Parts: sequence; structure tokens; C-alpha cells
Amino acid sequence: MITRTKTNRIDNLFAKLRENKKSALMPYLMAGYPDIETSLRLLVAVARAGADLVEFGIPYSDPLADGPTIQVASEIALKNKINTDVVFELVRKARKETDIPIVIMTYYNTVYRYGMDRFAKNAAECGADGVITPDLPPEEAGPWKEVALKHGLATVMLAAPTSTNERLKKISEASQGFVYCVSLTGVTGARDNLPVNLTDFISRIRNITDKPLAVGFGISRPEQASQIAKIADGVIIGSALVNLIGKNKDNCIEAATAYISEIRQAMDN
Amino acid sequence: MKREDLCHTGSHKLNNTIGQALLAKRMGKKRVIAETGAGQHGVASATVAALLGLECQVYMGEEDTKRQSLNVFRMNLLGTEVIPVKSGTRTLKDAMNEAIRDWVTNVETTHYMLGSVGGPHPYPMMVRDFQSVIGLETIEQINKAEGRLPSVVIACVGGGSNAMGIFFPLIGKGVRLIGVEPAGLGLETDQHGAPLTKGEKGVLHGSLSYLLQDEYGQIKPAHSISAGLDYPGVGPEHSYLKENGLAEYGSVTDKEALDAFVLLSRTEGILPALESSHAVAYLEKVMPELSKDDIVVINLSGRGDKDVQVAASALGVEL
Repeated sequence: MITRTKTNRIDNLFAKLRENKKSALMPYLMAGYPDIETSLRLLVAVARAGADLVEFGIPYSDPLADGPTIQVASEIALKNKINTDVVFELVRKARKETDIPIVIMTYYNTVYRYGMDRFAKNAAECGADGVITPDLPPEEAGPWKEVALKHGLATVMLAAPTSTNERLKKISEASQGFVYCVSLTGVTGARDNLPVNLTDFISRIRNITDKPLAVGFGISRPEQASQIAKIADGVIIGSALVNLIGKNKDNCIEAATAYISEIRQAMDN
Repeated sequence: MKREDLCHTGSHKLNNTIGQALLAKRMGKKRVIAETGAGQHGVASATVAALLGLECQVYMGEEDTKRQSLNVFRMNLLGTEVIPVKSGTRTLKDAMNEAIRDWVTNVETTHYMLGSVGGPHPYPMMVRDFQSVIGLETIEQINKAEGRLPSVVIACVGGGSNAMGIFFPLIGKGVRLIGVEPAGLGLETDQHGAPLTKGEKGVLHGSLSYLLQDEYGQIKPAHSISAGLDYPGVGPEHSYLKENGLAEYGSVTDKEALDAFVLLSRTEGILPALESSHAVAYLEKVMPELSKDDIVVINLSGRGDKDVQVAASALGVEL
């Protein structure tokens, strides 16, 4: 059994929140969207507005787990000539401004092609704390987990409502930092309502693991975030924030700050 | 020639869709979805869905719905809705992305009838097994006609299902197995679809195989005159066969494929699909290495009626 050598910001965060019986606010931003410089400023802004952890996406040409919002953002980010090295540079710069955990989210081919060891080493060196790979099944995660842990990076795996208990066990074991619980069967994107069976799904994973559980996919409104904060250790907001940024190109920093503050308030009350 | 073009719906694709539609029925799924490039797999899916009373929707890159408008109409006639995909390169790869997104959303009610030997496990294995009827029939028929196995088998490779189907029962039987990738405007350009020849290892659509990609793992668009071969990846088992020397892979350009399309039409009275024309074109490259006694089987995976518009435009003829 491999364990991480360094104490990770993610572990510290969830330990502290658990003590205070609070849930983490975890927004997702796409690196390079709406442009490279602004995506860095957005990362720092949401951290200051009350985010506990930021997921920072490396865009991918074929984002299979994403709905239209993040697909479009990916295409724009790639047109802006972002690449993995530039994302690492952005994280390095963000690290000087904030101490909250930064978790890179990307598809497995980005990691594989860059070279797993090189990816983990560079990500850790620039100050990232973990990597989420939505298309990497736990059965195939062994080599990646080994190098990531060597460099002190958490490997976050995704659990879906369709996963059997046996599979949830495998996923939780392969997951470090937290388990990313997909709220619904489907792709990312803001939805009007939370799925009805979400509470059952979360309690099913609770019975299997004591690792922190963060819920994502489909969450957009403050009241939804507040509902999820009652049952999970973290609330992930992606497409809704990316949408907001796209609709407020000229003042996206202010818009994102106001939105994250509003969610924060709803979760704390 | 192994005449898969004579299959109902005009290509080998039906071998796989019949199997998968029966599987969908057995699993109690009422809806099937599929991706399609040239439209051959889409038409085969629409056909079995009509026969077995399944609801069917087919994802097709917007670019391909234009290149293959005839097949779009055929699918509509069969009661299938064709959904044009406007993301990415608007071709087969993006149709596959969209089908996978639909599948993960509607997995409780829907079976995804993936059309090639790519995608996540168990598709490469399952589609290979359904398509291996091509190789089994080839063995039976050539034994009957010639009393021995062929020296060479040639098949085109996009995702690679017709090639895998004819290769698989012949692996390790002393037959030279040759897969032909589309070299598009030339392997030295960026405009081709030949990952086995020019690609690097990577993961796309759930399997590890050779891919057209940049140094950061972003998938590069493929190009081929034939929509069915216009795919930046290839079924993982072809990569396996290549690495282990169990099959060899070459390529022919758009122009060579077009010449073969015309040649076979004039000499045999058979209009081959532009995909299959790649296999026909490769014959010229392999002939100098053969003797008079050698038997060559070309897998004629589909008929070319669907391609007359594209061929006319490439030959500079206005219809």
C-alpha cells in the first residue's frame, strides 16, 4: 500500500472542515478561458471570494465527460494556445497568491502523452495538490497512482450512481484526497433540479469509505449547493461558473466573485 | 474479392449491428444509438432497429451529413433520426464523442451500438467477434474454390472492423495480412488518417492504441476522401497485431483510392466504396512481390453507390 509522503493541502482542508462540520466549496475553472491571463486572475479571485479548493482544467480536444458549456470553453482555450506547460506556469503564479488546494482536472491522454512521471513531477513542483482524471478507470490507474503519490499528488477518481458497491470500493481505494461523486448519470452541465436519489447514492458510498466525498455535475444554484453541503464534504461547481464567465466577458472577475460569495453564504447559513 | 458489399444495406456493418441489436433486446433496452462516418454503420443500425422494433438515433458529424447526404436520407426512410454533430472537427471522432455522452446519460434505457473495433472494453472484442464471420466465410469459400488458404489478404483500416473481421480467423495461419490506412493527401502532409503508420501511443474513446495527436496529447484531425476512414485513432487490436508482427500495415492516398474506384468499376462492373477502394489500390503495391500461384483476397467491405457524388466532385465532374 502506497501512501503519500507529504501532508497534502487537500487532506488538511478536509480534516479542518470535518472538525468544524462544514463542507468545501470547490469551483472549477478552465485554464485558458476566456483567455490565459484572465483564467489566472479568476483562480485567485474565486479563492479570495471564499472557495476552499479550486479545480483547474487543462482543456482537451475530446472532453467526453463534458456537456456543451465546457466543450465550448475547451475549444476556445485551445485556440488561445494553452497547453499543459502553460497551465503549470499559471498554477505556479497562482501559488504565490493563494494557499488553497489547487487540483488539476484533465483527461488521461493529456497525462499519458506528457509522460506520467514528468506530469506528476511538474504538477507537484508548480504547487498543484492533486489531479482528477475523469476517464481513467480504477483498474487502469495503478501506474499513474504510483508516480502521482511519489510526488505527493492526490489522484482523484470518479464514482457514478450506476457504480456497484463492489466498484465503489475499488474507486474509493484508488482515490486520494477525496472521491469525486458524480451526482447523476450524464455529462457536466448546469441542471434545474438535483437528482432525487442523490442522498441514497451518497450514503451508499459513506458505508464503503470514510474518505471525503465531493459532489459535482449539474449544480448551479445557491440552494442546491446548500442542500448538498448537508450531505457531502464538498460541493463542486463547474459549468455554471464557466457559463457565467462566458456571459460576462468584460467583467467576469466581478461576476465570478459575486457568484462564489453568494454560494459561500448559502452554504454557511 | 470477399464481397461484403453484397450484404444487405451494402456493407459489412450489418454483421455487427445484428449481433448488437439482439444483445440490446436481450438486455431489455428499447433504444439504440450509433455513431457513423460514411453512414454505412448508421444505415445498418437503422435497418436492424426497424426490423426489431427499436427506437434508433444516429450521431453523424455535420461535415459527413453533407458528404453522405444519400445515407442520411436512407436512415430517415428507415425511421431513424440523424443528429448532426457540430462540435470539434464535425466528423466521425466527434460523432463518437456525442454518442458516448448520450450513452452515459441514458444508459438505463439505451444500448450504444458502436460500429468499429475501437472504444472501451468489451467493444473491440465484441465487434471483432461479430465481424469474424467475414474471415470464417473467406476460409470456407476459398477452400472450396481453390483448396487452400490465400497467400495475402488485403483490407482497408479506419477504425478497423472489416479488416479485423477478415484477419482474426487467419492470424497465425501463414497468410500475409495487410491493412491499408488512408494516406489522404500524403503521409508527409498533416492531411491523412494513418495512425498505425504515423501516429503515437495514446488513449482515445477508452482504449490505448496508436493515435494522431500533438505533443500534449490533443487529438489531431484526420483527413481522408472517404468519410469512413476519416478517424484519428484505430482499434487497439490492430496496434497489437502491428507491434507483434502478426499483420502489416500500408497506406494509399486519396488519389490512388480514387483511381482504384474507377478501375474496379470499369474492369469488373463493381462500384467499390471509397473505403474499400483503398484495399483495391494496394494490390498494385503488393503485386511485384507475388508470383503467379499466389492467391490474393481483397475484402470488398462496401459498395460505392453512396460515394458517387464525392467521386464526381473529386474527378471534376459536375452532376
